[in-house]
Amino acid sequence: MGRSKKKGPFINEKLLTKVVRQGQQGSREPIKTWARSCTIVPEFVGYTFMVHNGRMFLKVFVTEDMVGHKLGEFSATRTFRGHSGVKKEEAV
Amino acid sequence: MPRIVGVDIPNDKPVWIALTYIHGIGKFQARRILKEAGIQEGLRANKLTEDEVSKINQLIDRDHIVEGQLRRQISQHITRLKEIGCYRGLRHRRGLPVRGQHTQSNARTRKGKRKTVAGKKGVKEMRG
Repeated sequence: MGRSKKKGPFINEKLLTKVVRQGQQGSREPIKTWARSCTIVPEFVGYTFMVHNGRMFLKVFVTEDMVGHKLGEFSATRTFRGHSGVKKEEAV
Repeated sequence: MPRIVGVDIPNDKPVWIALTYIHGIGKFQARRILKEAGIQEGLRANKLTEDEVSKINQLIDRDHIVEGQLRRQISQHITRLKEIGCYRGLRHRRGLPVRGQHTQSNARTRKGKRKTVAGKKGVKEMRG
């Protein structure tokens, strides 16, 4: 399942530079990105990303627990509104 | 009957099999433990001496997370996934398969018993 250790985690470098630059400026503006496959590294903690889900950008605030996951995991690509006739769907 | 790590009382099967009755110890780990303890794996569990039992206990305590502690750890991991709102967490919340399996049919282990929907037409008619 895993990726070769030699390669290390996949990080979109452009995105990382952007985060670092923002860090130096001290701004915490949401960063718009399409890089769903980018691994969340500790540097990202505390930033807000706007992660594209194929249609729009969803806000993802990165917390410490999210390190090691990919950005895309937090931006759902599917809309499921429940089946017709089903009275009550469990709240998400 | 010998008692190993708390309440587990494996029976009169070969020790190697008896150890797998502990949650968190499978066949592979069971054999590894016995090898390290220097106990014959085919020996019946009720023939173990006190010393051997305590040796096994010691090894499990040292290298393995078992039973309640393991169950707690697993549920904590799942809770974490649910809390951070990632895709896997959402699947756990909904009780659907987490690892990308198809759900059009099957997936009954996660979804539970079939909930029949009244008035729903057959699949063939829906596609036609």
